[in-house]
Amino acid sequence: MARLLEFESVSKAYGKKIALQQITMAIEPGRIVGLLGSNGSGKSTLMRLAAGLEHPDAGKIRILGHLPGQASKAAVSFMPDRPQFEKWMTVGEALDFQRDFFNDFDATKSERMLDFMKLSRRDKASALSKGMQERLQLTLALSRRASLYLLDEPIGGVDPVARDHILDALVEFYEEDSSVVVSTHLIADIERIFDEVIMIREGSLLLQREVEQIRMESGKSVDQLFKEVYAEC
Amino acid sequence: MTIEFDNNLPIYLQIMNYIKLQIVTGKLGPGEKIPSVRDLAAELKINPNTIQRTFQELEREGVAESRRGLGRFVTSEDEKIMAIKKEMAAELLERFIGGMRELGFDNQNIVKIVAESVEEKQPEEGGHTRGTIA
Repeated sequence: MARLLEFESVSKAYGKKIALQQITMAIEPGRIVGLLGSNGSGKSTLMRLAAGLEHPDAGKIRILGHLPGQASKAAVSFMPDRPQFEKWMTVGEALDFQRDFFNDFDATKSERMLDFMKLSRRDKASALSKGMQERLQLTLALSRRASLYLLDEPIGGVDPVARDHILDALVEFYEEDSSVVVSTHLIADIERIFDEVIMIREGSLLLQREVEQIRMESGKSVDQLFKEVYAEC
Repeated sequence: MTIEFDNNLPIYLQIMNYIKLQIVTGKLGPGEKIPSVRDLAAELKINPNTIQRTFQELEREGVAESRRGLGRFVTSEDEKIMAIKKEMAAELLERFIGGMRELGFDNQNIVKIVAESVEEKQPEEGGHTRGTIA
């Protein structure tokens, strides 16, 4: 099967600060992948590189076999960890903006998602609560029919009830032949929707494994394994 | 449907057991249609691939069968359903007996304690439910 995303010995530094070090991994189509790591471990950098927003200092990245660029950006839907809409926009305007930018924007899907998220086109984006802003962010990202969705901390700032709703939306609206990478440090709440997880620490890849395999072989939850792996350092 | 999942155990095994329980207790009747992957995934907030795997395993065990274009159905063989029931009972027993032995009870005592406990918990209307389990 063609790989959706491939990293080959990818490194990235900001000045003296090493963000990613020799990352090699691949993501196949039709998977929900958890990208796990504590704050500052390099999750966001990895996503920004995969989204083609930044370039690696060393190593190769391929998306559907292509180097990051115009073609890869059209296949990748990235949800950054901070709002990508402007303060003056209404929810409707934010969606229209997204529609104008991307050919794969699916208006029907976005209407269904708005409904599901209990958002109204008339709502002013800047007046939304943090939880509702995350819902809007997710709506913007998932309204596209992309091959790869990169969601940076979609459940970071919301209470458990809102978190559940966002997970529901993920399962409900994800396209089966595409893949979703979800970065988070809140593992217990979300591990049930993952096929596999990638753990990174201080910019290095610790492991990439199927979640059911983790449970089967160690009798541990992903959350537990994560805590153990991180406690070692 | 609601399941309290234990994140320490493979999720597909937990869903398999849950569906088997539904079948054994008659909530999913013989030959009845099983929800689709998509519906069950949304309902349980579980990855669709995990549901897919659950169904594959259920089919492999002969608990469910898929009919092209129609979906998946519970087996209509009573023998199979009875076998699931026995299998689930055996698992419960094994766990129970193991636990009792760990507490230091020998076979005789286990039997005695179970008999006493069953007597105590007998429904007031009398034991006419006896003998329904094959």
